[in-house]
This record gives sequence, structure tokens and C-alpha cells, in this order.
Amino acid sequence: MDVLYFAWVRERIGLPREKLETSAKTVMDLVEELKAREERYEAAFADISALRVALDQELSEFDAPLDGVREVAFFPPMTGG
Amino acid sequence: MRVEVQEAPFDVGAVTSEFTTSAKGAGAIVTFTGVVREADTGAMTMMEIEHYPGMTQKALEQIATQAMDRWSLADALVIHRYGRLSPGDQIMMVATASRHRKDAFEAAEFLMDYLKSRAPFWKKEILDDGSVEWVAAKDDDENALKRW
Repeated sequence: MDVLYFAWVRERIGLPREKLETSAKTVMDLVEELKAREERYEAAFADISALRVALDQELSEFDAPLDGVREVAFFPPMTGG
Repeated sequence: MRVEVQEAPFDVGAVTSEFTTSAKGAGAIVTFTGVVREADTGAMTMMEIEHYPGMTQKALEQIATQAMDRWSLADALVIHRYGRLSPGDQIMMVATASRHRKDAFEAAEFLMDYLKSRAPFWKKEILDDGSVEWVAAKDDDENALKRW
């Protein structure tokens, strides 16, 4: 699974994307798995309410299942326009 | 319907004129242009806009399609830039064409409201003193979606 990070999430974690082998069932499970890895992930995911997630390039929710998902992206609320 | 995500600048006059010509039968054309303003916190040297290449085009097309479905539009256009911009540079524009002005105005506002909070762009301000700040999303922008 490809995991992508944007804006300050990318800066805090220190990379724009990575490939992961995971058995996480939901986005939240994946977040917990990442947080347990290293402090920089813990810092990036400290406040989930400040983050948004997209699954295969569609906005989604943290309780969404990861079944069949190939690309997960984490980022702060968007500031277009 | 036309959606462009690009780094290059665009010519509002030329785009508007072409849009107007191609929107046959329309009695109203509304355009909105977003311009980089100075940072609220101090003098800004540059604004850097990051986006999610795989998702941006799709998200903008979905938003524009919703507008086309909901209002009686002859055409709709969205251009959004990314990369490094200076104060005074044009960031984005929307244009809508309809038979009567109400649809064009409302659809343009809808497009703007959704672009603000649902299109995967993130703005970073690089200030004169060298400090760097990500622009935070505003609650007002999120709340603006509720009226639609």
C-alpha cells in the first residue's frame, strides 16, 4: 500500500510517500500502527481532528475500512481557492 | 466544462473572452479571480502552493460536475495554479455561463466555497523575515459549505 503525506504532515514525518505492508483493517488502525513506529509519526498524528484522509484519491473518514485500498493520503484541512 | 491544474500563469482576459465566445446561448457570464494577497501576519515574499497531483484534477472535476448538475449552466471553467507565487499573482479563477445571471452567480459561489475546503491544495507563506507558515483552514470556510 502506498501512503502519502502532504503539507506539514509531510514535513513532520520527513518524507512525501512510502510503501507499507500492513494488516490494518481501518485507517485508524493504520494510524496507530504508524504512531507506534517512531516519534515523528507520533508527532504528526497527535491530533487526528487536525487531519484529513483520502483513500484512493477520494476524501474519506478515519473509521473507513482499508479493504482493497491501494493509496492512503494524510494531510491537513485543505486551503484551496 | 474545463478544469485546469497548472503551474503556469494564465491570462484572465484571454480565458474570459474565449469562455464567453464558446458559451453559446448564455446571457450571463460570471468570473471570479483569486489573487495572492499579503499575509495577515506580516510582509510576505512568496506563497507556495502544494497539491495532490493524483487527486486534484479529479476533485475539481467532481466539484464542477456538481455545479453543472445543480444549476442551469451552459458551461463552467476552473483554473487553479500550484507552485511558487508572489503577492499580486493570480492563483485561480472560475467562470460560469448561464441563460440568466442567478444561476451563474450562485454556481460561481458554490465552486469557490468547495474549492476552498474540498480541493487538495495547501498554501504556505514565506515571510520577509525568512519564517515560514502553513495557512490554516478557517472554520468560516468549512461552515460556508453548509448553505449548499
